[in-house]
Amino acid sequence: MSAREAILGRVRASLHAPSNSDPRREVVADRLEKAPKGIIPERGQRDAEARVELFSTIAKTLAATVETVAERDDVPNAVARYLRERNLAPSFRMGDDKRLAAMPWSEQKSFEVKRGPTDGGDEVGVSHAFGGVAETGTIVMISGPENPSTINFLPEHHIIVVDAGDIDGAFETAIGRVRAKFGKGNMPRTLNFISGPSRSGDIEQKIILGAHGPRALHLIVVGG
Amino acid sequence: MDITSPTFKENARGALADTQLQKALGNVRVGFIDKRRKAIDALPEFDALRDRAREIKNHTLDHLDLYLEAYEKKVIASGGHVHWAETAEDARQAILKICRAVSARTVTKGKTMIAEEIGLNEFLIEQGIKPIETDLGEYIIQLRGEHPSHIIAPAVHVNKEQVEADFRRVHVHLPPDRDLSEPEALLNEARRVLRQAYLDADVGITGANFLVAETGTSIIVTNEGNGDLTQILPKVHIVIASLEKLVPTLEDATQILRVLARSATGQDMSVYTTLSTGPRRPGDVDGPREYHVVLLDNGRSSMLGTEFQEMLRCIRCGACMNHCPVYHAVGGHAYGWVYPGPMGAVLTPSLIGVDKAGHLPNASTFCGRCESVCPMRIPLPKMMRHWREREFERGLNPATQRYGLKFWAFLARRPALYRFATSLAVPALSVFGGRKGRIHALPLAGGWTKHREFPAPEGKTFMQQWRQGKTANRQVAR
Repeated sequence: MSAREAILGRVRASLHAPSNSDPRREVVADRLEKAPKGIIPERGQRDAEARVELFSTIAKTLAATVETVAERDDVPNAVARYLRERNLAPSFRMGDDKRLAAMPWSEQKSFEVKRGPTDGGDEVGVSHAFGGVAETGTIVMISGPENPSTINFLPEHHIIVVDAGDIDGAFETAIGRVRAKFGKGNMPRTLNFISGPSRSGDIEQKIILGAHGPRALHLIVVGG
Repeated sequence: MDITSPTFKENARGALADTQLQKALGNVRVGFIDKRRKAIDALPEFDALRDRAREIKNHTLDHLDLYLEAYEKKVIASGGHVHWAETAEDARQAILKICRAVSARTVTKGKTMIAEEIGLNEFLIEQGIKPIETDLGEYIIQLRGEHPSHIIAPAVHVNKEQVEADFRRVHVHLPPDRDLSEPEALLNEARRVLRQAYLDADVGITGANFLVAETGTSIIVTNEGNGDLTQILPKVHIVIASLEKLVPTLEDATQILRVLARSATGQDMSVYTTLSTGPRRPGDVDGPREYHVVLLDNGRSSMLGTEFQEMLRCIRCGACMNHCPVYHAVGGHAYGWVYPGPMGAVLTPSLIGVDKAGHLPNASTFCGRCESVCPMRIPLPKMMRHWREREFERGLNPATQRYGLKFWAFLARRPALYRFATSLAVPALSVFGGRKGRIHALPLAGGWTKHREFPAPEGKTFMQQWRQGKTANRQVAR
């Protein structure tokens, strides 16, 4: 008997559940199909304007920095300003995201835009988020050539662009949109919920930013 | 790892006398409790979410065989592999086989208690494969040759001066005159050293906080981002998780996530919550090329259907130990195996046997704080009581205790005799109490009076006072 059969057999024996029990199978199939939402906190159910405001407020308490720009074309300026203010070289890396690619980067003089995944040699990475979750100030990132996962973790500074219209109230709403994009039962390879920059409290319970991931997280909300 | 649970009493005595440890434990007593309280006060729906979380896990456990089958199907459909492991040895061998297939020399590890449970690091070293812990706390204790003393803050027993000494001892390639006096400097040094380890590793091993049946997804939660670098940079990602990590759907996972970080660190969410489904996809420019899940049973299937089934709801937040007066006093290592505190006192006897871990469910004052803060509403004191009963049934506790309990049971079942005996004992004890009404020494109760005084009874037994009260009331009513 394989380990699989042994384990499943023991689970069934302990639960006194016959393997051919149709009612149990129906209960499970129904649950997987309907995926009930459960309890959504009030703070996850606010209207569009309040959502964006809540998202920004909470993200700031998590030590992220947040700014709002009117449209996508304003993003390169915002990135340039961020780098200048922190004395960083005018250079960053980003993936093949079409929304990012369409921005007027060339208007910024002597800007170096590197494309593709990072091997850890880039100080700054720029990504476009799938969305946000207002209730906890969380960003939703989806892996792929558009926004490689390595950019979320290896650079010292991570700048993420998010459309105000993609900021959902609650996690369950964001998951509903992921399901609509990838199909029921399917997921992207990696989905990252990111709430603030990397940190650790492992030395005497003192919180220090920049443990292994980015030390700084800058969020640019478009159209907020 | 060696099991020292049978010598809990000696371990505890040592821990109480350890001044470094006592200083470090002060951080548990102040930090975790206030942060949790604040996070929970800010979410009015918290208790309703706890109920929901309990329902979700109860439903999953009642249908665990079917959810495991559904989960496996989805992992395979997304290009991953599932390895079923009945025992710790099976899990170690499954991991070794995957490592050997890619000729792995170094393995990076995200924080996983299951790897501790199966003694993975010691095993990999024996096999010539170098495991490198990447969670800062885990890295520190790996350098020290220790094991975690807390399930979410593994190095909570260590002070920063000790970390500095360890870094100077191990990182000999760095300038000896560097300043490491502040925690920031220690963190930066670990960041630099481990960055190279991520890039060099052949295999990355993480645990899982949840496995999602609907999509074949594994979920990890970290603050540092170490789990993510561990899983996206090497060629192979191995997830090691025990059976009870299953939840039906993504929504079920997010419902429980709302109570997890709040209970653990007092955050609304940990910084990184990562959902992983299978290996690199066509078009992907990063991510692992192989994705394996090792599903560990190691005694859990036998807990189902017993009075310990509810323990399988545990999501390893650590709130029970953060609020436990016994844990505060002795720390995690005294418990003698992987899982400390109240959750360990219940789980450890299930996994290694009550004959070895019988002291742990006795190391409780039954104050009930653990149950009151448990996000999954696990009745921990009730289950510790079940273990005490089993210990008694199997004759594992000392003879004096057994005879004492038997004598007590004999009396307690005979009310007339009991009242007679207590009517003699109470005035006798009052005499022992002297003028201050405190007893300093008592025959057969030296273990109690050695450390504290025993309040002397005030003249009459409860039943005598009750009868008097009743008579008095009747007189008033008339």
